[in-house]
Amino acid sequence: MSKVYIALQDNDESRYIVEAIEESNPDSTVIHQPAMIRIEREGRLVIERAVVEEKMGRDWDVQELHINLITLGGNVDEDDDQFVLEWKQ
Amino acid sequence: MAAKKLNIKDKYRLLTRDLDWDFSYEDRKQAFPYEEFEGIKITDWNKWEDPFRLTMDSYWKYQAEKEKKLYAIFDAFSQNNGHLNVVDSRYVNALKLFLTGVSPLEYQAYQGFAHVGRQFGGVGARVACQMQSLDELRHVQTQIHAMSHYNKFFDGFQEFSHMHDRVWYLSVPRSFFCDARSAGPFEFMVAIGFSFEYVLTNLLFVPFMSGAAHNGDMATVTFGFSAQSDEARHMTLGLEVIKFLLEQHEDNVPIVQKWIDKWFWRGTRLLTIVAMMMDYMLPNKVMSWKEAWEVYFEEAGGALFKDLARYGIRMPKYAETIEKEKEHISHQAWWTFYTHGHAAGFHTWIPSDKELDWLSAQYPDTFDKYYRPLWELAKEQEAKGERFYTSGLPQLCQTCQIPMLFTEMDNPNQNSMRDSVFEDERYHFCSDGCKDIFDEEPEKYVQSWLPVHQIFQGNCGGPGVEDVLSDYYKMNVGVDNMDIKGSPDEKRWNEWKGIA
Repeated sequence: MSKVYIALQDNDESRYIVEAIEESNPDSTVIHQPAMIRIEREGRLVIERAVVEEKMGRDWDVQELHINLITLGGNVDEDDDQFVLEWKQ
Repeated sequence: MAAKKLNIKDKYRLLTRDLDWDFSYEDRKQAFPYEEFEGIKITDWNKWEDPFRLTMDSYWKYQAEKEKKLYAIFDAFSQNNGHLNVVDSRYVNALKLFLTGVSPLEYQAYQGFAHVGRQFGGVGARVACQMQSLDELRHVQTQIHAMSHYNKFFDGFQEFSHMHDRVWYLSVPRSFFCDARSAGPFEFMVAIGFSFEYVLTNLLFVPFMSGAAHNGDMATVTFGFSAQSDEARHMTLGLEVIKFLLEQHEDNVPIVQKWIDKWFWRGTRLLTIVAMMMDYMLPNKVMSWKEAWEVYFEEAGGALFKDLARYGIRMPKYAETIEKEKEHISHQAWWTFYTHGHAAGFHTWIPSDKELDWLSAQYPDTFDKYYRPLWELAKEQEAKGERFYTSGLPQLCQTCQIPMLFTEMDNPNQNSMRDSVFEDERYHFCSDGCKDIFDEEPEKYVQSWLPVHQIFQGNCGGPGVEDVLSDYYKMNVGVDNMDIKGSPDEKRWNEWKGIA
């Protein structure tokens, strides 16, 4: 299985998103690089709106992810409640 | 009663798909005249899926937010003399190359996506391409804006747009996009939307921008990551295009594979310049080109091609050559620029001893054996006051337009040269990849505007190289070019920093 990955700008908002990703995907790898945070996981990675909202303490629209997103790898599926990255092979 | 908020999927359906109309009194084929000539078969545009489902209203909202953040940082950067925080004056030369070589590509991408955003028969693809077109326009504007600050303090930024259309090494990126834009709309999408955006721009906008941050350049990392936040959407569009074409008709598979072979090769050649920027032009190193290549091409691209294997798509042709090249190309390119430093619009230099050691450590199989001896020789020459500049003009590859600087990968002491004869004329290439591309469409590539040929034909002023540089390229000769040592840039930097 290949790794999917996502990279976010290293800032206050992303910190909560990264915490949420770690909670939703317990075996993901978080890599800190200058000004950015890269998260990898085998096969599939999910960002759940409810978990991000709990970490941030406010409403969060899944599409707000666009603001701090740097890059990603994998097939994207997005709806109102979650954002999924996945390889299907 | 308050209106119920639409969910993303319904909103996407209403605000994207619902914008289309049927052609009742006009011929649909005349409305989309470019859709069939490439041989691509589309049976049902409704099968198009945009996973981000971004609608125009959300697009404006989030883009406005990105811009506000970005410009607040530009203001702060400028008000606080941010240029003084970069690591040293050498670093700024990477930005000169970026502004002259990369930013104008954003403008070409804007033009290309505006074109395909009109020409596709499916509304989902049209809207996604129109958004991307606006993104690309935003990118070129923000990049020019960010670097206008450096233009106040450093040489070599002033004529970026004029130079992009003329200068010998800038014809490499320029012709890459001209090639893609003069292809049909589906080839353009495979070239730029997929090959370039999905795999190759990552190498430019992720490790290089992280490198900008590591070298104290707040403005560049900010525009880079702001642009890259759009790229994530572009990558998704690129992947969607590929999957859509492959699912529409089995006859599309060999056509798409041929384009992937062509554009991955074109892209890796283009990225030679980024390899050199990362290994030689960033004084503080984040990762070597080789490592970046392994992460973003081999690992990320490998996963992608494994995913596409179910459609019958294989890795791009020449993947084995490409794998070997990661050990060599940055060194071969910087050496070429160093020896042609009088004809470049930025400064060049010999890496410091510490940097040479870093290169030795990062490239244990190649650097000491093939490249370090060149720099030791350059050091000796410089110490004797005989800093070397070549007096010749390089032969260019007819396809990628890069000087013939690459070697055979199995014998790095042997220059790589190929040729083909077409209509009684012989054409020269840097590689099998570039020769194949020419042989497939010779009528296209015989028209290449090769800067060195143009100089020899008398189309770029002259008679001497210096006249071409100053009058035709608009370089400030003796100011913008030559070694960083003794340059006005270096002198000013030392004055600002109180370095004797």
